[in-house]
Amino acid sequence: MASGPFCAGCGGGTVLNVFTHAIDELGIDPKDIVSVTGIGCSAWIPSPYYKADTLHTTHGRPIAFATGVKIMKPNMKVIVIAGDGDIAGIGGNHLIHAARRNIDLTVFLINNSIYAMTGGQVAPTTPYGVRATTTPYGNLEPDFDVARLVVSAGASYVARWTTYQVFNLLKSMKEAITKKGFSFIEIVSQCPVSYGKMIGKHRASDFLKTYKESSIPFSRAEKMSEKELKGKIVIGKFVDRDRPEFTESLRRLNKERIIKPTAEATEDTRG
Amino acid sequence: MKLSKVYRDYLHRFSNKTLFMQGDIACAYGALYGGCNFLAGYPITPASEIGEQLALELPKIGGYAIQMEDEIASIAAVIGAVWSGARAMTATSGPGFSLMQENIGYAIMTETPCVIVNVQRSGPSTGQATKPAQGDVMQARWGTHGDHEIIALSPSSVQECLQLTIECFNLAETYRHPVILLMDGEVGHMREKIVMPDPDKIELTGRRLAKPGELMFGGQLIPPMTEFGAGSFVHVTGSTHKDNGMRDVETQKVHDKLIRRMYEKIDKNRDKLIRVEKDYMEEAKVAVVSYGATARPAKGAVIQARKEGKRIDFLRLIGIWPFLCRVWRRNSS
Repeated sequence: MASGPFCAGCGGGTVLNVFTHAIDELGIDPKDIVSVTGIGCSAWIPSPYYKADTLHTTHGRPIAFATGVKIMKPNMKVIVIAGDGDIAGIGGNHLIHAARRNIDLTVFLINNSIYAMTGGQVAPTTPYGVRATTTPYGNLEPDFDVARLVVSAGASYVARWTTYQVFNLLKSMKEAITKKGFSFIEIVSQCPVSYGKMIGKHRASDFLKTYKESSIPFSRAEKMSEKELKGKIVIGKFVDRDRPEFTESLRRLNKERIIKPTAEATEDTRG
Repeated sequence: MKLSKVYRDYLHRFSNKTLFMQGDIACAYGALYGGCNFLAGYPITPASEIGEQLALELPKIGGYAIQMEDEIASIAAVIGAVWSGARAMTATSGPGFSLMQENIGYAIMTETPCVIVNVQRSGPSTGQATKPAQGDVMQARWGTHGDHEIIALSPSSVQECLQLTIECFNLAETYRHPVILLMDGEVGHMREKIVMPDPDKIELTGRRLAKPGELMFGGQLIPPMTEFGAGSFVHVTGSTHKDNGMRDVETQKVHDKLIRRMYEKIDKNRDKLIRVEKDYMEEAKVAVVSYGATARPAKGAVIQARKEGKRIDFLRLIGIWPFLCRVWRRNSS
């Protein structure tokens, strides 16, 4: 570990801390971990601060790169830590399809509601009406419920927590890392700098106080109306289910199709 | 390096056989003879047959062919697979090749050996999807941003589709660089005679792996690499990086050194990379230069013209990039 790259008060440090504890408590050998990241503040949570293999990719594509890694290295823990702009914005399609394939990746999406590294442009997760540098008169688009999207796409494990619920997050991270199939945690995280300047919250504590007050457990939220849920953050485990995993299916196919050296020669070229 | 036993056992059934085959299919078999064990692709005319054939064949010999959600994801998965030990490729046509450009740059910057087949079709944009073209020569060279070199080969027969695909995999490993096979729709969809090679006679260039402590992003013209899980704790990034792979986007000297080395590893081997088919004659004042499918009617036209007493040189480019400027000058009068 080396010192982090984050602004003062950034939630990235909390995620880094919890993630380190999760790996430590699970007793995973760093040799067995590949961190795959994209571009943005959150991409710097594991890269390059861990003594583990790291693939720091292009903007939005870490899940697609990780797909190639996992197929060739099925016994390694392939973990993607990325921002909302990275994998819900530009890379949204890869997120949906990796969840649909239910490939055994662990994806932590750090949702800070803004494009922070580039200075505060509107994100697909920015709430309606909020001012950003590219929506100076307020955001005209509704925000994305990414966790529910990933549930619908077919992932094995989906949860959402904020950086306030660190112990829940730790337990959930450990579950996600060990769960077979596509595991996804949306971590709502504070950005007191690029997002803070847009909504007038300049301290991490201002954000954490809001997270504490507006978080609603998933089970309770199910019984609430859309109106009642306005401005709330639904937290908890959304799904934890067993579904066929993609790389296992690939290996089963190869086991069925592999040609034994003694097999009769066949003419199966197409012309 | 020889092909693995599983691959040789399987490919022996084709050994020295004369078959009637399509160029795309020959490219797929070239990949198998080249030791490819991973393909990620997305359907597109006139390249789909390559992915289809590998989807049929790779599971039989322990490889993987997957269809991704788009071409961006396809090249991304290829690069991820290569760093996890695969010999990997993708196959596409113009529109997909355009989408891949950013990650081709990533493959160049991270020195990832991989093969990108582009069966060119008419453009711009959707163009005439089913009509062949050769309009991506400049896109292959300059499609991704920044200063870089590229290696591209161009076959003009079905036999060459197979041979050059094997060659692409070898060049990718030799230079630790993405290599582009610039086919065209005509060669890809043409069916003609092909003689399948004996897999025992195929020589493959293996990946040079780093010894403990050896630098993987500098220290020599073409550094060795590693694969994930080997305990090297490698840091692979598309940002400017030092010899040890760690990001340094501030120091101009670091950037300068990296870009010059990546340029030189191609430029210093230019003579090895340039391949041509030459048919020159004394006192020729005109030369016909061609490549890909058009090289065949062009050669026919040259033969015809010579019968009429005209003195014409014929030159077919097999290696398109790096360009043959020095050979060209040496041979032109």
